[in-house]
Amino acid sequence: MLILKTLTRAPLHGYGIALSIKRLSDDVLTVEEGSLYPALQRLLLQGWVSAEWKMTETNRRARFYKLTTAGRKQLGIELSQFEQMIAAIGRVLSDAQEA
Amino acid sequence: MNRFLRKLTLLFDRARFRGDLADEIRFHREQVEQELIAGGMKPDDARFAAARRFGNVTRIKERSHEVVGFSFETVAQDLGFALRQLRKNPGFAVTAISILALGMGVSVSIFGFVDAALLQPLPYAEPNRLMSVDEQSAVFPRSNLSYQDYLDWKRFNRSFSSLDVYGGTGFLLRTASGSEPVPAAKVSDGFFRTLGVHPMLGRDFAPGESKPGGARIVILSYGTWQKRFSGRRDVVGQTVTLTDEAYTVVGVLPREFAFAPRGNAELWVPILDLSECEQRRSCHNLDGVGRLRYGVTVQAATADVKAIAAQLEKQYPGSNLGQGATVAPLAEIVIGDVRPILLTLLGGAGLLLLIACVNVASLLLVRSESRKREVAVRGALGATRARLVRQFLTEGLLLAAAGSVAGCAIAGWLMRLLTQVVPKDIAPRVPFLSTVGMNAHTAFFAGAIGLVSVGVLSLTPILRLSFLQINEGLAEGARGTAGRLWRRLGANLVVVELAIAMVLLAGAGLLGQSFYKLLHVERGFDSSHLATVQVMAPDNLYREDARKTGLYREMERRIAALPGVQSVGLATNLPVQCNCNTDWIRIVGKPFHGEHNEVNERDISPGYFPTLKARLVKGRFFNDADLKSTPQVVVINETLARKYFPGEDPIGQKIGNGDLKADSIREVVGVVADVREGALDADLWPAEYEALNQQLDTYFAVAVRTEQDERTLLPVLVSTLRQIDPHLGIHDEITMADQIDASQSALLHRYSTWLVGGFALMALVLSVVGLYGVIAYSVSQRTREIGVRMALGAQRGAVYRLVMGEASRLIAFGIVAGLCGAVGAAMLMRKILFGVQAWDAATLASVAVILAGAALLASFIPAHRAASVNPTEALRAE
Repeated sequence: MLILKTLTRAPLHGYGIALSIKRLSDDVLTVEEGSLYPALQRLLLQGWVSAEWKMTETNRRARFYKLTTAGRKQLGIELSQFEQMIAAIGRVLSDAQEA
Repeated sequence: MNRFLRKLTLLFDRARFRGDLADEIRFHREQVEQELIAGGMKPDDARFAAARRFGNVTRIKERSHEVVGFSFETVAQDLGFALRQLRKNPGFAVTAISILALGMGVSVSIFGFVDAALLQPLPYAEPNRLMSVDEQSAVFPRSNLSYQDYLDWKRFNRSFSSLDVYGGTGFLLRTASGSEPVPAAKVSDGFFRTLGVHPMLGRDFAPGESKPGGARIVILSYGTWQKRFSGRRDVVGQTVTLTDEAYTVVGVLPREFAFAPRGNAELWVPILDLSECEQRRSCHNLDGVGRLRYGVTVQAATADVKAIAAQLEKQYPGSNLGQGATVAPLAEIVIGDVRPILLTLLGGAGLLLLIACVNVASLLLVRSESRKREVAVRGALGATRARLVRQFLTEGLLLAAAGSVAGCAIAGWLMRLLTQVVPKDIAPRVPFLSTVGMNAHTAFFAGAIGLVSVGVLSLTPILRLSFLQINEGLAEGARGTAGRLWRRLGANLVVVELAIAMVLLAGAGLLGQSFYKLLHVERGFDSSHLATVQVMAPDNLYREDARKTGLYREMERRIAALPGVQSVGLATNLPVQCNCNTDWIRIVGKPFHGEHNEVNERDISPGYFPTLKARLVKGRFFNDADLKSTPQVVVINETLARKYFPGEDPIGQKIGNGDLKADSIREVVGVVADVREGALDADLWPAEYEALNQQLDTYFAVAVRTEQDERTLLPVLVSTLRQIDPHLGIHDEITMADQIDASQSALLHRYSTWLVGGFALMALVLSVVGLYGVIAYSVSQRTREIGVRMALGAQRGAVYRLVMGEASRLIAFGIVAGLCGAVGAAMLMRKILFGVQAWDAATLASVAVILAGAALLASFIPAHRAASVNPTEALRAE
């Protein structure tokens, strides 16, 4: 979900995705390289992202991942599921505080 | 779906996938490195830090791989691993595969014969409705059908939609090299319609064409059409001259047509004018074939025909008393004697397959023992049990597949070989030979065996390992105690192998002995240095008695003058052919109630018995003075004398036909020691020999005794006969020894003896090798123990005793179990044994001694190795 979200703004390479998640979460969330790449392969396979070799600003070759329409839809589904979950957790927690 | 396609494209583009991934990861790491350098780290430290952050790059790659990979790729890995394993250990692979292939090849090829003979339907329309319909008498459970009886059966039966008859006949066909006798069959006109066979060319006999005075027409067999008429399609409508009469060819039978009871018939003619025999109700020369009506059972049909036969008995007591009827599926008659032999062979092949599987299984056990560490390590590294099981399954599959492919190749080759060794003149009587080969049935059978062997090959190590705790496996290498479980299991397997080998050896021993007994059965004549040939004199040229006796005399004179020839004899039937051409006799002056006293009847020349070196018991043989003009005389054999003249002197007694007509009365002038007229394994029958000069036959055999090699005489014999009269039909020139060798009983016994002997030999080798493996393995595992024993003062003799004791126990168990099995198996194959009891003690004992000797020898080798263990070395090896 996080990976998909980072890709909504612009296509990014793997390093970029890791960096972006780290920055946006103010260093709270770091994506392990060990799980990033297998995850990216899974997304590719599902058809939620597409990949393309491009040059970076520093003029180096890198694989850029781009969100596909299917990926955008999947992000929507996952976001709404996540929100429901957070809301549910929130309700449980607030209930616990009241008690 | 899309997902699958993407996986698929990635599968074929695996190299690029890896390259991309590697590039990507390298890029990532470099970025991290730069980031760290920017943060003030030294480049080297940065590289290490980046590498640390990444952790195991290979693992990342592997995990990415798993995401896109198919599960069958792990199967491919298993397969690759299995192949490497086998290549690393070629001795094991080759041994296992060849043992399997051997077992499979043998059993599949024998099954091919069983399938062709017993499972595949006869090549006729709805063959299960076709019945062989014949008469039955006290001595013949199935005897020929008389034409007169046939007509009544055909008219009165309600069970058959059609009933037809066939019989053998022969013609002289004029060829470039003289007259050639051609075997033929005469049939009633509906014969081919009853079978459901249509000529491929021309037409079938039409209803009503089989009648006295009918048109002379002939249908050719496919082989004859090809051989004698070079397959010309315009042959239909042409005229051929058969024994000086013109016949019109009306049709040609299809290539695949075969009719085993008349397998060698080249020409098929309708029954026209009735022969002398066919006019008499008491003369039986035909066989019936009928097509059952729908819904009629064999039992019902039998009862129906039996009732008609009973009616005829009352109506014609003179000819039909005691003549019953028998109806049996045609397939049974066609397959005949080979059924018990084929089943025996299939049993033998099955046992061999079993022993092969057991052998390979025990090989696998030894191997799984030495692979215990490997499996334990893999398990410790996280391989699931399922994955390990799959690995063994893959290896089993690989072995079994290789074994099956090789086995099928062996089977194909064996089937060709075995069909080729059947002599040419026997082959047409064994119609199923042409259908032996790889087909759907054999392929299915091979597949089934293959599956079973996969099961055995993969289950053995799996079972073995499921008893095994991983930590035990890891630890055991250090302590080296021989796996007790394996020893017990392996030992049990060896006992099974030895028992099976014992059964096969005993079977082969019994068969070999009955074959020996068969060849050495008392024949009543000397079969060495005898050349024989069949002669057919055309009836129209040899009508007058003087012509016939002239021919006999001229033949005897000319042949006797040939170099090396000692004597010549003529007879209507040579010995060791069949108990057939029988006659019903009645003794003058003895009570008679119309019973049929069936005896073999042969007409012979005066020189015949001396030529055979048959022994005169009493009275005299024939001489040149016994002629048509003198009183009729007969020589009887000892069996006839015993049966009909018990305690009397038969010389001077008179024998006649049932009605005692004056011209049938003949006087007994001599008694000959029994000459075996029937098959080697058939009972001796009473036989009467009449004088050829008084009976004047035109179809007879010539027997020549020579002091030289009788085989070289055959062509001379044929050319001499042709010189005497080019119109004589001359065929089947063969030495007596070859003829006996090629007789059906000898052939069947020889084949089954050789085949079962071969199986037994292979079983012996396999089981002894198996025993050697078990003992050698146990010794190698106990080297340390033996070293300790010897260090503590055990003598070499004690070590021998230790190892040999273990081996002897196994051997004893195996042989005792095998003995029980052998007697059981022999009881089952009692039918094909000749002159030997199933529990023949000498055979069983000698077989047991052979097996025990071979087995002890095999276990002596590892025992010797154990005894020569150097204690210090054994202990140092720790």
